[in-house]
Amino acid sequence: MNTALKHNIVISESGKITRKEKGFKRILWIVALSIIVLFLVFFLTLVLSSLPSLKAFGFSFLYEKTWNPVAGEFGVFPFLVGTLLTSFLALIIAVPFSLAVALFLGEYYRKGIVSGLFKNIIDLLAAIPSVVYGFWGLFVLVPIIRKLEMLLNVSPYGVGIFSASVILSIMIMPYAISLTRQVLQMVPSDLKEAAYAMGATRFDVIRKIVIPHILSGLFAGILLALGRALGETMAVTMLIGNTNALPTSLFSPSNTMASAIANEFTEATGQIYTSSLIEMALVLFLVVTIINVIGRKLINHFAWDE
Amino acid sequence: MKKVNLILLAILSSALTLVSCGNNSKKNPDTQKTTASANTLIGAGATFPYPLYSKMFHVYHQKKGIKVNYQSVGSGAGIQQIQNKVVDFGASDAPMSDEELKESPGYLVHIPTCLGAVVITYNLPEDPSLKFTPDVLADIFLGKITKWNDPRIAKVNPNVKLPSLPISVLHRSDGSGTTYIFSDYMSKISSDWKNKVGKGKSLQWPTGLGAKGNEGVSGFVKQTKGSIGYVELAYAYQNKMSKATLQNKSGNFITPTLSSISAAADIDHMPKDLRVSITNTSASKGYPISAFTYILVYEEQGYDNRKEKKAKATVDLIDWMITDGQQFTKALQYGKLPEKVVEKATKRLKTVTYNGQSLLK
Repeated sequence: MNTALKHNIVISESGKITRKEKGFKRILWIVALSIIVLFLVFFLTLVLSSLPSLKAFGFSFLYEKTWNPVAGEFGVFPFLVGTLLTSFLALIIAVPFSLAVALFLGEYYRKGIVSGLFKNIIDLLAAIPSVVYGFWGLFVLVPIIRKLEMLLNVSPYGVGIFSASVILSIMIMPYAISLTRQVLQMVPSDLKEAAYAMGATRFDVIRKIVIPHILSGLFAGILLALGRALGETMAVTMLIGNTNALPTSLFSPSNTMASAIANEFTEATGQIYTSSLIEMALVLFLVVTIINVIGRKLINHFAWDE
Repeated sequence: MKKVNLILLAILSSALTLVSCGNNSKKNPDTQKTTASANTLIGAGATFPYPLYSKMFHVYHQKKGIKVNYQSVGSGAGIQQIQNKVVDFGASDAPMSDEELKESPGYLVHIPTCLGAVVITYNLPEDPSLKFTPDVLADIFLGKITKWNDPRIAKVNPNVKLPSLPISVLHRSDGSGTTYIFSDYMSKISSDWKNKVGKGKSLQWPTGLGAKGNEGVSGFVKQTKGSIGYVELAYAYQNKMSKATLQNKSGNFITPTLSSISAAADIDHMPKDLRVSITNTSASKGYPISAFTYILVYEEQGYDNRKEKKAKATVDLIDWMITDGQQFTKALQYGKLPEKVVEKATKRLKTVTYNGQSLLK
């Protein structure tokens, strides 16, 4: 009798549970779908609002070098070059540092006061607003780079591609470090222990076991960092010199797409000017998407090799 | 743990963006609602006169009990908002172009409220005071004169020891009314500038670096020896920056001061609609890079079920701004409207009607 009663309860409850279960699943579906809808709406808005400029300039928008709001001639090429150049340069500077710090925290000092302090400080670095990075760059970094430029005998602007890349590399490092550290934790310890048992040194283990194992994760980290660098606005606009021309050297002033949009959008008048700025946003959106797709392909590629 | 943090960060930031978007989209209905309430007027537009307007509106509220809510969103946005009729008045530094007026649903009256000016500032060793003639100034900003000890600069400044530093030109990177006034002047004094660069809020600059805002330009000028740039007059005074003396159309060298920019507006051929550029002024004591800033209202106020009381309040406010309100210009470093202009502006304000009846007696 007692057991039968219990049984009954279980059955009725499980009926409720399935209903709840279904409802919950439906909610999850709706929320998940809304992300895709959001993405599509975003993309469509950009395309629709940039139609006037798409019609007026066509593909020449991508390779034209003039950006002249007065004459109404718009080409995004110098900004595209500036964006890609600063972001990739920032990556080149940031990746070795991030990998080194991640190895330091993930392999050498996993626990303890030292690593705790380091981790907290890295998280803090990620939380600093970009305008603060910009100010710091303007008042500390720019005078240093100006001195460097005088030594190298190039025009000592202090601002330009190089300054922007350095500040960007500092900004993206915390992201790259956290992600790399996470993937370091995923390296199977039996593999490492086996290597140690064979008499491998720590350096050998890092070089032959750890790094090959984390390659795909490392790429993911770099990719996330690159996404941030491509879209960074405030710090870049303060340090890049805002010159709408093709850069001629590493130190020459330039401009990026995000920075130009932020600078010019508020006071842009006239349909073609506004829609050209929106088309610039569309190009930025596509660049980020393309780089993401390529990155995912590369991650899969490395993951396969393991 | 780390991952959780990152995810939290992502959720937080997306939530924040959503919230801020929400605020934006809410703005319009809000403004409309407040437009409906009787004792509140809404204006939007230029950032340049914002400190003066907020002082004026504060005093006006105390005296007349009419609250004015002014949003300094930029001239372009101000024009758009008055065109969409979501504000009682718009404000713009540059007068609207003929096309912009044509695009508007009704005729917009321009009423000048005060004067501003653009100052040429520079950073040289020993901080000498410099003079420029129009052609020298144009050629510096066109990138044709590249050294400070160029004989053409030396000729105008015989008593100054000029260093052999390269000139680095600084300009605004953000679209701005200051750039508009500056380029409007340059287009008038140099045909080269007019053909190659033209006038606008954002330009294709032939030379130099861009920095955001008056503070960006002045920050760079202060940091860099041998630099030259342009900022708004009030900003240059507040930050004690060097100010170049410029030769005006009559050949006189004029230092930018509040009285010399007011003098620039003292012209005889003021057009009837008051849309006028006074850069390169014909006034003999006027500073050549001065400009009016305007308030924009519809000539016929009886639109969209607008109450007469509200229309009257709008016109009364503007009338007060160009008369009694002028006393606040000096302390806040804006140029006062000359008597002649106030007279003309009042006359113009009298043409603003409600169902055909003039609102200002």
